[in-house]
Amino acid sequence: MNRRLSRHERSLTQIRYNKDGDLLFSCSKDHVINVWFSHNGERLGTYDGHNGTVWTIDVDSQSRFLVSGSADNEMRLWEVSTGKCLFVWEFPTAVKRVAFNEEDDQIVCITEQRMGYQGAIRVFDVNRDDGRNQDTEPTSIFHPIGSKPTVCAFSYMPGMILTGHESGKVALFDAKTGEEVLNNERAHMDIVTDLQLSEDRSYFITSSKDKTARIHDAKTLTVLKTFSTETPLNSAALARGAPYVLLGGGQEAMSVTTTSLRQGKFETRFWHKIFEEEVGRVKGHFGPLNTIAVHPAGMGYASGGEDGFVRVHHFDESYFKAKPYGDIEILD
Amino acid sequence: MAVPTDEEINYSDIEKKYQVKLEEGFDNILVVDGVPIIDRSKLDKLLAKIAKEFTRKGSAIKPEDIAVPWNEQTGKNTGYIFVEFRNADEATHALSTMNGHQFDSRHTFVINRFTDIERFANVEEKYVEPEREEYHPKEHLRAWLADPQGRDQYVTYRGDEVTVRWQGKPSQCEVAYSNPQTLRTELYVSWSPLGTYLATVHRQGIRLWGGPSFEHQARFFHPMVRLIDFSPNEQYIVTWSNESIVITDATPVGPQYFSAEDEGNNTAVWDIKSGHLLRTFSISPPEGEGKKQMAWPSLKWSPDDKYVARVTPGQQISVYELPGMGLQGKKSMKIEGVIDFEWCPLGDKDREDAGKASADGKGAKKVRENMLAYWTPEVANQPARVTLVNFPSRATLRQKNLFNVTECKLYWQNQGDFLCVRVDRHTKTKKSIFCNLEIFRVREKDFPVEVVELKADTVMDFSWEPKGERFAIVSSNDPNLGNPGPGITVKTDVSFYQLDRGKNDFKLLRTLSSRTTNTIRWSPRGRHVVLATVGSMAKSELDFWDLDFNTDDLGRREGQKEVDWGSGIQQLGVADHYGVTDVEWDPSGRYLATAASSWTHRLENGYAVWDFRGLEIEKHLLDFFKQFLWRPRPPSLLTKDQKRQIRKNLREYSRTFEEEDAAEESNVSAELVALRKRLVDEWNAWRTRCMEEVSNVIRVKGKKVETSRQDEEREEIEVWVEEVIEQVEEVVED
Repeated sequence: MNRRLSRHERSLTQIRYNKDGDLLFSCSKDHVINVWFSHNGERLGTYDGHNGTVWTIDVDSQSRFLVSGSADNEMRLWEVSTGKCLFVWEFPTAVKRVAFNEEDDQIVCITEQRMGYQGAIRVFDVNRDDGRNQDTEPTSIFHPIGSKPTVCAFSYMPGMILTGHESGKVALFDAKTGEEVLNNERAHMDIVTDLQLSEDRSYFITSSKDKTARIHDAKTLTVLKTFSTETPLNSAALARGAPYVLLGGGQEAMSVTTTSLRQGKFETRFWHKIFEEEVGRVKGHFGPLNTIAVHPAGMGYASGGEDGFVRVHHFDESYFKAKPYGDIEILD
Repeated sequence: MAVPTDEEINYSDIEKKYQVKLEEGFDNILVVDGVPIIDRSKLDKLLAKIAKEFTRKGSAIKPEDIAVPWNEQTGKNTGYIFVEFRNADEATHALSTMNGHQFDSRHTFVINRFTDIERFANVEEKYVEPEREEYHPKEHLRAWLADPQGRDQYVTYRGDEVTVRWQGKPSQCEVAYSNPQTLRTELYVSWSPLGTYLATVHRQGIRLWGGPSFEHQARFFHPMVRLIDFSPNEQYIVTWSNESIVITDATPVGPQYFSAEDEGNNTAVWDIKSGHLLRTFSISPPEGEGKKQMAWPSLKWSPDDKYVARVTPGQQISVYELPGMGLQGKKSMKIEGVIDFEWCPLGDKDREDAGKASADGKGAKKVRENMLAYWTPEVANQPARVTLVNFPSRATLRQKNLFNVTECKLYWQNQGDFLCVRVDRHTKTKKSIFCNLEIFRVREKDFPVEVVELKADTVMDFSWEPKGERFAIVSSNDPNLGNPGPGITVKTDVSFYQLDRGKNDFKLLRTLSSRTTNTIRWSPRGRHVVLATVGSMAKSELDFWDLDFNTDDLGRREGQKEVDWGSGIQQLGVADHYGVTDVEWDPSGRYLATAASSWTHRLENGYAVWDFRGLEIEKHLLDFFKQFLWRPRPPSLLTKDQKRQIRKNLREYSRTFEEEDAAEESNVSAELVALRKRLVDEWNAWRTRCMEEVSNVIRVKGKKVETSRQDEEREEIEVWVEEVIEQVEEVVED
């Protein structure tokens, strides 16, 4: 079963469920952040204020605060329930990725390397008591040397940040010192496009333009599983309560015309997390998939495409019952 | 055990072995012998003369560069001099030009390098027997044919990797050989026609590999080689480079290498077993029409490897006899206007006869002579002609005159039974072109010729059924033909023709119209054919057809009834391989391979293997995939009777095969289940470790460990909604 949310005017950049799974946040190149009821696709409201492509969003675990980063060089903090903008941080360059930590008291953000400014990773403390009163200065800022970071998230280890880079590198940084604690230079052969954590943040999945997605150990950065597809990947998500991963991507918009549509590059692919085998595909989008998010309770998932649509899928009864590999218990 | 200290070990053998040879620094000095013996008064004059002679040959020296040893007792010189050059290269040049130079009527220069003199002086006087090399048994070059599962091999070239694989039942597909350290290529790979050798193309030349572990077999030194061609029986190889052969001082000398007389040529013929160079030619691509590709192979082999021939368009066909590579009969066949020719292939029967003849000593039955067909266009008042000639007797067997010919193409059936000449003809006004097929029945007396008229069609592809009496053509009336553009697919018709034994002519079996097919691929065993649309971005269909669907293999040859004329043609399956560039059957006719090569385009490169019904067996999408080649097989060694026997007992064989399959299947699934169990166990173990660690971290942070989600209370809210649907007031009257 799936439902298509009325569309954004331009391609989606990121979508997120809140922790309860009842709300779905989406941002796009049309400057608007939307929030939807995930069960019926009704739009609850918008967060207006950005003056450029909104590249990234994240919502805290209590669904109180929403943070967003945009090409207008701003990072904004919003009140989820009212849609009010509480605070604006300004940077010299665009904000490409934001993420809350597990305790919701810190935000990490990546700013673009452009116009003579180095790419930077900043960590901010969040004043949860008074959302309007935030510190404009980051608690730490550092400039990773070498390939620029594209995605990031807090690890389960306190004060550790996981990053994915343009060169395909995956690294672990100390948030305070900015020291690169660990890295895996050859994690991917091309740009890392997405990084999503497991529920307990002890492992994570990355997707890359090199047509593969990989599961890494968050502590050692060892590659545990590899999923090789035939198309560049933009997003990868871990299913909850079932041993699958969801991959999405497609040829770049500019080379789409030369590929036949029936080849089905614009599908969400389900792969078995352990056996590294493709188990199924879900069609729907008319263009590449840019972002995938999984319902925190594993009830369904949502995908956002280059075509401007967000598609929300609820899993059927048979999805939970089916045991294609026999009755085996796999820990989440 | 006591470890010997450094002093105790005797390193002298190693030191001797690795002793650095110091540069002597006398490389630029030559010793010239045979100088006239004179006394001091004439010395200056002599030195001036010698210096002049050297300078005249391009090695500029001055009299001061010459040192003359003097015999004080006789007051004369000793007859040799030392000449110093600016550098070693100049000395080398002088050595090659001035050695053996006639200085005057009684004196001839004999020149050696100064460094060599010493070496020659130190030559050991006693003859030492060279050490006998140990015998290394070589691997069997045809070992792959002895595969117990009867699998076929293929080679793939992707990125820089060359890999040889087995193709068989799904469980038996595996890598046969891959070693990026040794087996690699720079341009492409190629099998020899009987599958014995694998050739790789390098900047320096060609290498051949063979045997189960693909050992190095031979190398042919031809710098910048581009194209290669094997002779049909794998005795010789022809190489071609677009750059002319250049001889430098670095070129090694020997029968395996080019020598000065090969300079400027670009095509070479080699003996495979000895590695010797036999002869070189200069063959240039046709000039004028810049875009026209060079016809390759430009040297055509007779099917028995005895002759190789080349055509000089418009003039002659030159036939060279192997292994001497001399012109057969000392002269070429002068044929005015000749454009192209083809050798007649040997049939299985011809081979048998030849085998018998050589076994009997003298031919019990006369072996068929080699035959070749050539065509000439209209020249002066003479009509265009197709001619069949015997070789080496050069007797003309049959000639056929043709009119209004623009172009001819010769197609031999692979058994040499039929020759089809595709004749593109123009109308009198030369405005439109139409096509005829002239079919020579070569096995019959007087070589009867029959014409199949195709009216206004252009024939794009023609193909004989191997060992059969049928052929297929792709023809088209599409106006788009001839102006290819992106997105244009030419509409084509495919027609099958068969020899009608009763009437002795070729009759149309069936036409499949309005298709996009442009390529016909017959199974090497005949009967099955694949029609493919190749090289198009919009269409990439593969159609699998059976031409004898109603008859089983046994009865086919014996009686083809008039009744089922054309009705046995049946489509078995349709498939699609996006962006397909190559379609090839395996030599057994069991599998079909299709490939999308990155040489042609960059989309979805890779290859797929299908069975003869069009079911996909495997498909691999591989970036930078370049080449897929089945390993050819030599002709079967079984006699006709043995084959018949096998066919008769087919049921017996299939029963054992089925049993094997069943046993294997249960084996495989058990293995897979075990593998999966192992993977899951590994994962679960890792997860348990992980979870412990995470909860430790949380405990350190001083928070209570969250219990898992299941225990979390789920709040259920019940909402009662009351809705008034309708309210009607009615007055109830009593």
